[in-house]
Amino acid sequence: MAVAEAKRDAAEARLSALALPQGGWAGAARAEALARLRAMGLPGRRDEYWRYTDPSSLVQADAPKASLFDPKDEPMAFTGFDRVKVVFVDGVFDPAQSDDLEAAGVELLSRQTADIHWAQSLYGVLEARGQTPVQRPLAALNSAAATEGVLIRVTGRAVKPVSLIYLHKSETSDAMLHHCVKLEEGAELTLLENGPAAARFNKVLEVEVADGARFHHIRTQGRDHERRAVTHIFARLGRESLFKSFTLTANGVLTRNEAVIELTGDDAVAHVAGAAVGDGDFHHDDTVFVTHAAERCESRQVFKKVLKNGAVGVFQGKILVKPGAQKTDGYQISQSLLLDDHSQFLAKPELEIYADDVKCSHGSTSGAIDETALYYLRSRGVPLRQAQSLLVLAFLAEAIQEIEDEGLAEDIRARLESWLARHGQ
Amino acid sequence: MLEINNLHVKLEEDDKVILKGVNLRVEAGKVHAIMGPNGSGKSTLSYVLSGRDGYEVTDGSATLDGVELLEMEPEERAAAGLFLAFQYPVEIPGVGNMTFLRTAVNAQRKSRGQEEMSAGEFLKVVREKAKALKIDAEMMKRPVNVGFSGGEKKRNEILQMAMLEPKMCILDETDSGLDVDAMKLVADGVNALRSEGRAFLVITHYQRLLDHIKPDVVHIMADGRIVKTGGPELALEVENNGYADILAEVL
Repeated sequence: MAVAEAKRDAAEARLSALALPQGGWAGAARAEALARLRAMGLPGRRDEYWRYTDPSSLVQADAPKASLFDPKDEPMAFTGFDRVKVVFVDGVFDPAQSDDLEAAGVELLSRQTADIHWAQSLYGVLEARGQTPVQRPLAALNSAAATEGVLIRVTGRAVKPVSLIYLHKSETSDAMLHHCVKLEEGAELTLLENGPAAARFNKVLEVEVADGARFHHIRTQGRDHERRAVTHIFARLGRESLFKSFTLTANGVLTRNEAVIELTGDDAVAHVAGAAVGDGDFHHDDTVFVTHAAERCESRQVFKKVLKNGAVGVFQGKILVKPGAQKTDGYQISQSLLLDDHSQFLAKPELEIYADDVKCSHGSTSGAIDETALYYLRSRGVPLRQAQSLLVLAFLAEAIQEIEDEGLAEDIRARLESWLARHGQ
Repeated sequence: MLEINNLHVKLEEDDKVILKGVNLRVEAGKVHAIMGPNGSGKSTLSYVLSGRDGYEVTDGSATLDGVELLEMEPEERAAAGLFLAFQYPVEIPGVGNMTFLRTAVNAQRKSRGQEEMSAGEFLKVVREKAKALKIDAEMMKRPVNVGFSGGEKKRNEILQMAMLEPKMCILDETDSGLDVDAMKLVADGVNALRSEGRAFLVITHYQRLLDHIKPDVVHIMADGRIVKTGGPELALEVENNGYADILAEVL
């Protein structure tokens, strides 16, 4: 078939532009990922899950140029929080700006040490599992080609959050990062990520959350208007474990965030949430796939987007309840606030349920700002722009509430407020 | 303080004329009541004065201390000292009641060139005023009016009024949906705010609210006009005989 052939040709063209790593402890996993990619080819517009987002700029051999954004006096996210900083500049680890990783138990993928056998059972493994039933070729490309990233194994309660900081310095950088995080039984970790990363960024995060472990993930992405990013989170949850991920996206011409979460132990909880604000040339796509494969698990998907001046938001969210996953509690909400007539929100919520004793709900809405609430605020003396800003933040509140740490939630709110002030809301 | 002259208003969407020449003058320190049958234009008057969209003023004026209100934005009217206690207070999910109040108080102070209230000072004042209205800390934490009972919503309106300290207060059917005890609480809240520099315009269907908030002047509104003005006895007349007699007399 011509389409499949074109996709495979695209993969070969992309691969020919890359220097693929050889050997090392991840050698076999990379070779398998390469084989997966070659069989699938790279995504095209006719693929079911790429109908609303054009993958061509993510697929093409060279990264489109992205100019650097001047944040003026605005501090970076999470400034002032006690954390272990790991800095990547255009996708390359920068030891000078990073903290002491050894003390924090953070290993680098680029070190290629042989003694990280735990990572061998994780690298590319969750990504491979996540390729069915929906193909995710850009994640396979990442597993095959990435040489940078972090490997974190947590056995107790991590004292400080690990903070991955992605700086963007080159207008043509094309970065790939692959992170593996393993939380052993009862362990707890907060992972922070922020920064525009590169002109084009492809990132995979594989997270294994063992029985009773707790993983918190808070990410801000965006900033540089012209940057493009495709990210995947693959997570597998054990019994009574917790996984919570929140993403704030502001700016960026193209962002595709995929989250593939598998609840494999009974009584596990997975929440994945996102707040996205876009003005103008902004295309933001959340593609989420949650699989319930155990009993009494809870999952929540909460995605909110504020769009203006032609910005586009996409949500493709699925809850799959496997046979036997009784007492599943699944919830999914995707909402957009369209601040003008030019912006667009495309949503595809899906439920697929093979168990008979489950509770699953989903909803999707698009709407304008509530004029009555606006008038009420103004009648109390709140100026128009401030009132609009309050209502926009209120709209996003349900997603931000998914962040457990109040200090981090406040940091996110403050960033949103300054974004809204800059964008006339 | 408030002076309305020959006010004509129609709905923006269709050509329906609601107010057909309202004349009203409320002096500082006074409480005026407006009564009238359904559809007489009472609520429209309150909305037009506070600056709600959807109405077109075709003639007339409304001034507050000599300043034309009708050309101002709603927030400017509020800063000028006008306050409307809503008949149906609006629910705003996601905005905490306390945040809302503090934002409003500080926005008004800012527009008047006053310094913003510090968090500590604000908390102290709001707690004291909330206590008098039997509004507990839990209610202050909840989103604005979300999940509030009818009585809680109306008390919340009075709390906003007490915090914003406006000079011209309009109460639009503040008694609707209230039981006797709640009405008493709301009335006490209003009475506590009565002062020489402040005026009230109380819109109501029933005389019973006026037992608690004693008016100086009572107006009857019908078909978009004030058709009769008198003392408190006028409200009693309505209570005893309904509107029919009065309307038959004036129309």
